[in-house]
Amino acid sequence: METKAKGKLFDHGRLERNVSLLGIAALIVVAIGGIVEIAPLFWIDNTIEKVEGMRPYTPLELAGRNIYIREGCYNCHSQMIRPFRDETERYGHYSLAAESMFDHPFQWGSKRTGPDLARVGGKYSDEWHVQHLKDPRAVVPESIMPTYAFLSERELKPADMRKDLTALNDVGVPYTKDDIAKANDDLKAQADPDADSSDLIKRYPKAQARDFDGNPGKVTEMDALVAYLQMLGTLVDVESARPQETLSKESGQ
Amino acid sequence: MEQLVWKTGGWFALATLAFLAMLGAADFGFAVHMAIVCAAALAVAVLTMRRADYEGIARGWLKMPADQGVYDDDPIRWGVIATVFWGLAGLLAGLYIALQLAFPALNLGLEYTSFGRLRPLHTSAVIFAFGGNALIATSFYVVQRTCRARLAFPALARFVFWGYQLFIVLAATGYLLGITEGREYAEPEWYVDLWLTIVWVAYLLVFGGTVLRRREPHIYVANWFYLSFILTIAMLHIVNNLSMPVSWLGSKSYSAFAGVQDALTQWWYGHNAVGFFLTAGFLAMMYYFVPKQAERPVYSYRLSIIHFWSLIFLYIWAGPHHLHYTALPDWAQTFGMVFSIMLWMPSWGGMINGLMTLNGAWDRIRTDPIIRMMVMALAFYGMSTFEGPMMSVKTVNSLSHYTDWTIGHVHSGALGWNGLITFACLYYLTPRLWKRERLYSLRLVNWHFWLATVGIVLYAASMWVAGIMEGLMWREYGADGYLVYAFSEVVKATFPLYLIRAAGGLLYLTGAVIMAWNIGRTIAGSPLREEKPMNDAAYDAAADRPLIAQPA
Repeated sequence: METKAKGKLFDHGRLERNVSLLGIAALIVVAIGGIVEIAPLFWIDNTIEKVEGMRPYTPLELAGRNIYIREGCYNCHSQMIRPFRDETERYGHYSLAAESMFDHPFQWGSKRTGPDLARVGGKYSDEWHVQHLKDPRAVVPESIMPTYAFLSERELKPADMRKDLTALNDVGVPYTKDDIAKANDDLKAQADPDADSSDLIKRYPKAQARDFDGNPGKVTEMDALVAYLQMLGTLVDVESARPQETLSKESGQ
Repeated sequence: MEQLVWKTGGWFALATLAFLAMLGAADFGFAVHMAIVCAAALAVAVLTMRRADYEGIARGWLKMPADQGVYDDDPIRWGVIATVFWGLAGLLAGLYIALQLAFPALNLGLEYTSFGRLRPLHTSAVIFAFGGNALIATSFYVVQRTCRARLAFPALARFVFWGYQLFIVLAATGYLLGITEGREYAEPEWYVDLWLTIVWVAYLLVFGGTVLRRREPHIYVANWFYLSFILTIAMLHIVNNLSMPVSWLGSKSYSAFAGVQDALTQWWYGHNAVGFFLTAGFLAMMYYFVPKQAERPVYSYRLSIIHFWSLIFLYIWAGPHHLHYTALPDWAQTFGMVFSIMLWMPSWGGMINGLMTLNGAWDRIRTDPIIRMMVMALAFYGMSTFEGPMMSVKTVNSLSHYTDWTIGHVHSGALGWNGLITFACLYYLTPRLWKRERLYSLRLVNWHFWLATVGIVLYAASMWVAGIMEGLMWREYGADGYLVYAFSEVVKATFPLYLIRAAGGLLYLTGAVIMAWNIGRTIAGSPLREEKPMNDAAYDAAADRPLIAQPA
């Protein structure tokens, strides 16, 4: 191409002869979309409507959530109910943004090889979950889920939950100093039917403290995972969130 | 000598550091990873110290021709071999997890072989190991030829190749050990991400340095695409992987973002891993290898300018279409949908530019199996870049999201476009890099073409049916006003379709095995396979006479 920029506003030939210019131009062009779409989510107030009841995960729930992530459950299970009649009837009230505000990382998922789990908490008994995780086809014959029997044999051995809570605190989860200091004790107390869990429940409202895996002698990975599954979607009273939706409409937000 | 001492000393120091990190590791997975790093550093240290020329021995064993002095092709030869190897590994993993979905007993009850851990292994192996090696190798090949310059920083180029393989090994073993950040296609943990960042910067330096050394005033269009792919992947990788490690000696970290913001950042990354890794980079391959194989110039220079800038501008916006009807604000969803639909045009611009390059050479589809493969790749590229915008329309997405339709869509792009164009490039590269007359067999390329094509058709068709069926069954209401199907009934109904999908995958894998054999024989320098030529008209002795009977 021997075209010269004569009377032209812009000559593409310049970009084709200068790799720095080409690189900078390309980088600017690809940066725009992300800046316009993502950046506002961090400062627009109504991205996450405030709801009552959301709290950070207890150490045991967090340990369970880490097992959920470790085993790659998100590859087959979503945690995001869309506002359609069939979904809300099958899984419960549609998911609110606030319900995943402490999720580092989010686990909304992209595929439902298995059902959505956003509100699975309290739907089944602990025994059902343990049985189902050990051998899914024993309770759902059509299931194609892998078996996770090893979870109930393996003792829950997180290195030090205080460090996990500190790291989460660093990225914005409002754990108090008290929460962090007591993290390891909280973890044991929540899975021990004989422990005094009143302090835990005061700091983590609606926390469920009991033996989850049917083996009170040992805190296993099964305890943690079932504790996590049983709290999913139970924190926010979605019925009381409804008036807020109308409220925000009335106030024109 | 002094340099040798410094070099080996450095590698030993690194090995010692990794060993200490292994001893102090907070968790088992991190210890295994540090052991791998330690072993790799030790191996390099020992190889540096021993006097034998191991690189020379490997070159001899792999029959690599001596350096011709014009271009630095050794890293590309290694790249070709790595691409074939990781391609087979990734496809095999894919076939295995496809079978797991039909026969759950194949999970074997072990944590290391369960679907949840093998699925990231499959996706990363095909995208980053197979696709990534193909991109690095072809970019080094193309940038030297189109700039008429030898690769800049030869030692760094080798570091890019081996450093990238270490990244793959760490990522893959991590998935099996349960080390994951839990976000699709960005699963490797913080320290593996940091390592990839170092390798990627080195890659940019080698590529950019070679462009700067060019003896050609213009930068060829393929290099625009490679450059934008390298820069954008760097941006996406760094922003999306911002996270807080729990311990500097442990594998676990927590994402810097949460909930809605984390979701959009992740899909901004995830969709543009498709847009820039699997599209821009592979279009660069198309822009060099299709004209070369067709022996025709690129169809339209203006079209390449327009579709390059519009493609890279629009792609970045399309991420939110993965989050339709979620808790993501509506305005962001609408942006995602509108820009996805607009993206259709630049995508087809690229397809048209590739296909029309065959103007005047369309007969080559009949006679040249490599061209046939390229044309089929572009056809699948056009098909899946039409399907994508269609699925990003919110109404369509309400049915297709969360179903196997998405899986089918991804595979028609990945198997059809990325796979076939890569195979075609490998077939083009191997005889040229090893200075062979031509491939060992062209008939085998033809076999590969048909096995792959039929495989993709089975895959895509079964997943269309499965996806639409799932979407419709989930929302089916009876006359009594209740949902008709339990979730488990829908799972049961997909069984035959999962079988057809696995059959398609098996055909595709078989094609790739044939390719590995063909390329292996070409590298080994075997005499050309005795076979019927691809492009000869048959000789018919009976017809060899004048048309009109001659008087005796």
